[in-house]
This record gives sequence, C-alpha cells and structure tokens, in this order.
Amino acid sequence: MLEINSITKTYDTNPVLKDITLSLNQGESLGIIGESGSGKSTLARLILGLDSIDEGEIIFQGIRVQHKRNSLKKVRRHVQIVFQDPASSLNPKLPVWKSVVEPLENYPDTIPLFLKEVRNNKELMAGMLFNKVGLSQELLERYPHQLSGGQKQRVAIARGISLQPALLICDEPTSSLDVSVQAQVLNLLKELKRDLNMSYIFISHDLAAVQFMCDQIAVLKNGTLLDMFRTEELFSEIRHDYTKKLVGLALKDIL
Amino acid sequence: MKINVQMPKAIKLGIKIKNENHMIICGLSFLTVIIFITLLGPFIVPNDPLSANMSERLASPSVTYPLGTDHMGRCIFSRLVIGAQATLGITGLVVASVVMIGIPIGLVTGYIGGRIDSVIMRLVDGLLALPEFILAITIAGFLGPSLINLMISIVFVKWIGYTRVVRGIVILERNKDYVSAAKVSGSSNWKIIRRHLLPQIISPVLVLAALDIGKVILIISSLSYLGLGAQPPAPEWGAMLNDGRPYFQTVPELMIYPGLAIFFVVLSFNLIGEGLRDKLDVKRH
Ligand SMILES: Nc1ncnc2c1ncn2[C@@H]1O[C@H](COP(=O)(O)OP(=O)(O)O)[C@@H](O)[C@H]1O
Ligand SMILES: [Mg+2]
Repeated sequence: MLEINSITKTYDTNPVLKDITLSLNQGESLGIIGESGSGKSTLARLILGLDSIDEGEIIFQGIRVQHKRNSLKKVRRHVQIVFQDPASSLNPKLPVWKSVVEPLENYPDTIPLFLKEVRNNKELMAGMLFNKVGLSQELLERYPHQLSGGQKQRVAIARGISLQPALLICDEPTSSLDVSVQAQVLNLLKELKRDLNMSYIFISHDLAAVQFMCDQIAVLKNGTLLDMFRTEELFSEIRHDYTKKLVGLALKDIL
Repeated sequence: MKINVQMPKAIKLGIKIKNENHMIICGLSFLTVIIFITLLGPFIVPNDPLSANMSERLASPSVTYPLGTDHMGRCIFSRLVIGAQATLGITGLVVASVVMIGIPIGLVTGYIGGRIDSVIMRLVDGLLALPEFILAITIAGFLGPSLINLMISIVFVKWIGYTRVVRGIVILERNKDYVSAAKVSGSSNWKIIRRHLLPQIISPVLVLAALDIGKVILIISSLSYLGLGAQPPAPEWGAMLNDGRPYFQTVPELMIYPGLAIFFVVLSFNLIGEGLRDKLDVKRH
C-alpha cells in the first residue's frame, strides 16, 4: 500500500532523514519509535506531501506523492493524520464541528459507510463522528479553547477518520495529554482501527503503546532507520543494540 | 499575608477591564453624536453653508449664526455641520479602500511567499523608508489639487501598513498545525486563506483601522489646509482651517471651531481603537 524508497530530507544543512526505506501492506499497522528530534514527524509530513522530499520517492497505492495538485489530493483522500498537539491542530477561531467535517466538504464524492445515511448534512455527519469518538453532541458548537486536551484530541481523531482513510498517521497522539486520558485515547484508536478497517502509522516514543497498536515496528535514530521487525520479535536476540536499550528502559518504567 | 498580596492584583485587574470598556463606550458615544449630527446635517443647519453675505463678515455668535460667520459672511456652524459629511465621508471611503487593498495583498503575499512576496515587500520597504505624510503630500501635489487625488494619494500611502500587519500575522500562522491539517483535509489554498487565515486577522485590522481613522482625518485636513484637498468654497474641516488662517490673530474662532471638531472625531476613534486593542488583546505592530 505504501512504499518509501530511500528518501532523504535535509533542513538547511541539517540532515533529518537519511536514506529511509520502508513499506507497509494493506491492513497492517506500523509503529515508528525514536527519541525526540529523530525525524519521526518529518517522515509523517513527507508522506502527506506537507514538505518536499529531497531524494527518493514515496508511493501510495501507485500514486507518487509529489507537489502536483492531483497527486496530493488523491493521496490525502486515503491518508489522514492526527497531530501531536490538538491545541494547535484545531483552528482556534472555528467551532470544532466545522474542523471535523472539513475533509468531507473537500471530497464530496467520498461516502464512508458509517456516514451513508447523513452524507448530505454536515451537522449530522459531525454528530455521527462525535459519536464515533465518544464525544457528546453538546460539544459540537464549542470552540477548541472550551474543550479539555483529551476532548480536543478526540475532535482531531474524528476529523482524521471522517473520510474513512486507508491509512491514518498518528503522530504521538497521546504525548500532549494527561496520563489519565492517554489510555482512553489509545483504546479509542485501537477500537476505531478495527471498526473502520484502517492501517496506522503510529509514531511514539512509548514502546508499550506502539506494541499495543502495531504489527511492525521501525526504530529511528538521528534520521537513520536502525531496526525494523514484526512486533512479536521485539524481544528477539537479533534486535539492534539500540532497540534492546529502548526495551530495557521501557521495562524499567513498568517495574 | 497571601491575601494581602493578591488583593491589589485583583483590584488592578478589575479597574483595567473597566477602563477598556469605558474607553470604547466613551468613544462610541462621541461618535454616535457626531454621526447623528452629520446625517441630520441638511435638516438642522440654520443657513446655507455656501451663501456668502458680505455685510455680515466675521460676525459674532447670534441667534441666526450660532457660531458667528467667517470672512465671507458664511455661517460657521452650518459649514462645520455640512463639512462633517465631506471629512467623514472621505475618511470612510479612504479607510475602506485601504482595507480592501491591504488585506488581500497581505494574505496572498504572506501565504504564498516566494517571488511575488519578495517583489511586493521590496516595494513596501522602499515606500516605508519615506515618512507617509511627506509621501502623501508629494503624490497629491504631483496629481494636482482635488478631492479625488487627495484620496488616491492617501490610499496609496496607507495600504502598506495593512499589508504589513496582515502579512506578518499570516507568516506566523501559516506554519501552524491547523493549517497543515486543513491542507491534509484537502482544502485549496483559497479556502485556507478565506476560512482559516482571514478570521485571524480581523481583530488586529479592526484595531488598526480604528486607530488609523484619526490619522487619516488629520492627513485629509492637513492636505486640505495646504490647499491640496477640498477646494473652496466646499466646506471641509481642513479647508476651513485654511480659510481662517489669515484671521488667526484677530478672529481665532475661525480656526478653533474646525480644530475642535477634528480633535473630537480623532479622539473618539482613538478611544475606540485603544480600547479594542486592549480588549481583544491585539499586540502592537
Ligand atoms: N521546518 C523545519 N525547519 C528546520 N528544521 C526542522 C524543521 N522541522 C523539523 N526540523 C528539524 O528536524 C529534526 C527532526 O524533527 P522532527 O521530525 O520533528 O523529529 P521528531 O518528530 O522525531 O521529534 C529536528 O532536529 C528539527 O529541529
Ligand atoms: Mg514529532
């Protein structure tokens, strides 16, 4: 479904991604783990065509991601994102329901199954989506600053799933949230993934969360892909030393 | 002890909020009265503002002439009231045009960036290197004295400030996640500008415009005073100041009345602008 072929990205003179090659099959989910500054968000932005690729190519369902209007519009029909910080990913000057239905406005021909009955009514669609992410209808007309962090992130998730994308990129979707709501949001994402039959690229620095959510895990450090394996092989002896170190740290956290 | 420390802070905050509202209410009340008089002008003036009566030159206030007459025996009160239409009307038109030109250019250059942006900003920086008043005088002088040319010259000078403010805000906003999210949502550049960026600039532009109206009135009046704006015998406050100049020593009222009228209008817009700025928490640019 997604092919990333030896891409390189440099900001100014700072190489942020170095020769990354990855692929993802339909229906599978990929976790990307790495410390802050390792290039995870940059990779997400490149897949969505939000930044330009220096070298290499990204191909989604046979379409090359590049700055041509048709290419990006087609790719984004099937690839959506939930950003890390919902406080900045929602327009502060818009009632939240308008942000939620924005993708549906722009893709009038897309009719997700779960919105079939209400497809011609934006308010009803927003209501349905709120239902799906466990938000009360009373919050539809609110502005972002009138919602809690967890509620805002649910709004952003509602927008992310509104087109029932084949691939949803979650860029550290819980790391700006209170610990008490992190688990709820993770559970919601897991449930939605099964329910809507989506693949995830789940970016995190929390190994446990990635393990909970994904079939495969890629380890990124300083822009280099160090290790890539199926989740069940996380504890295998052949893991990269850095991966073993991450596992050790995660276990220490639990104990 | 803690209470003692916090009390004054709470009180200060209370007064501050009251002050903003007071400023706006005060400015709005002045303005309402002024606009009311301006609109009712033709029905309440006791005399024809243009009819000269040489036998009544420089008369003191009387029942027929509430503020006396000018050097041509025209009713000063009537000329002030009718002149308000010219001064305020031109100001309104100028500020509206400036906003309509400055906002779109600022939005587009700020959002698209690149070549268009650098060309326009080069031009803007060049123009800003000159004091705007001098620039306005030069252009008005070059185009020749008339009301239309006066308006053109002020618009030409003033749109720049709006473009700069709007562009500055857009450049700050365009890299935020909600704009990326809108792109991923499939929104066109046009839709992003209209729906996501335009609302961010409305409050700052409102404040800027309110504060600018006072300045524009002063420029119009000053240019009219220099003979570059409204042409005699049309009543306009700046032109009236100009007319009264030769009599400043003997009959200062000829200049004091239009001066006061300008002062009050500028004051009310400044009160509104400053009040709005604090209330809407708009940063100074
Ligand atoms: N727009 C940008 N301009 C310049 N440098 C950037 C930009 N975006 C990210 N970077 C740099 O790229 C590196 C990787 O950033 P990022 O992809 O956000 O990492 P992560 O999401 O893994 O924390 C960082 O060093 C960051 O400073
Ligand atoms: Mg990141």
